Amino acid sequence: MAMMAPFLKYGTFGEETSLVLAFLIGIGFGFFLERAGFGSARKLVSQFYLNDLAVFKVMFTAIVTAMLGVTYLGWIGWLDLSLVYLVPTYLLPQVVGGLILGVGFVVGGYCPGTSVAGTATGRIDGLVYVLGIFAGMFAFAELYPWLKGFYLSGSGEALTLPGTFGLPYGVVVFAVVLMAVGGFYGAGLLEKKFAATGE
Amino acid sequence: MNPYLAGIGLGVVLLAAFVLVGRGLGATGAFNSIIAWAVSSVAPEHAQSNEFIAGYLPDDGSSPLKSWLLFEVVGLFAGAMFSGLLAGRAKVTTEKGPRVSVRVRLAMAFAGGVLMAFGAAFARGCTSGQALTGGALLNLGSWAFMMMVFAGAYAVAYFVRWQWR
Repeated sequence: MAMMAPFLKYGTFGEETSLVLAFLIGIGFGFFLERAGFGSARKLVSQFYLNDLAVFKVMFTAIVTAMLGVTYLGWIGWLDLSLVYLVPTYLLPQVVGGLILGVGFVVGGYCPGTSVAGTATGRIDGLVYVLGIFAGMFAFAELYPWLKGFYLSGSGEALTLPGTFGLPYGVVVFAVVLMAVGGFYGAGLLEKKFAATGE
Repeated sequence: MNPYLAGIGLGVVLLAAFVLVGRGLGATGAFNSIIAWAVSSVAPEHAQSNEFIAGYLPDDGSSPLKSWLLFEVVGLFAGAMFSGLLAGRAKVTTEKGPRVSVRVRLAMAFAGGVLMAFGAAFARGCTSGQALTGGALLNLGSWAFMMMVFAGAYAVAYFVRWQWR
């Protein structure tokens, strides 16, 4: 079968159409975030108090679904994975950024996508969180000359797990599926334990 | 909705983004584009001279608001609102535990947003652009990032417990 996707990269349609698709894809994104209950800060932070692990379950189900999809479509030669954008790797700032973001998640109750979903469903704390992101992003930009050294520390190549550990792509995919299934089982046990002890 | 069903739905949307446009989902980039637009409207020279902001200004001089992620986030807003209204979950309220005042909760929300912005800027993406998208593409930095998000949140969860319960 001839390689056809990503469609935008193969010129099936242009940039203008891709913006329309962005809006439609966004609708699907927002719909399922809200359906999962992620317009609610209390639902989201329950993940970190272990009585409702929906964040983990939804996130890893989505990752596994999309991962299996791209792997399969790549395997039958329909999707050119090398044309799918990979964020470049700057390991140290990404590790530190993850830590800061995790703290921001449980302090504020949302992450950027879910704060928009919360705002859309009337959460005032979601809206204030959005304002906080704007303020923080502006501050980051203004402080950038001083933060730049750390921000750019790392190779800047787009590294992958299979490439880094020298494992075949399929093996890593399989390992992620196993890890997710094990995680789902463990999540169920944790929920039972922490629901039983009450709040 | 069952979390596994919602996850499959989200995964299919993410897969559609990969197949159609060759990129994943995101959220933070939309905020950056709006900041770039605002700063370049008020102080165009300042925007150009700031490398971080200039990175979000299109080379051809077109508006930074013509950004893929911004269109996607506008869709996110619409989709979430549609779902919330349909389910009767949309209502004007402040989410908080019983032991905290609205004012303190909103101050915490603002502080969380500021922290999030710094974290996402250093990480080059947030839970959507890094964890979800990069996770599915087996991106090394995304997986390291994801572990650290959980680590950071679990490390401080106990200390902000008063806010939620």
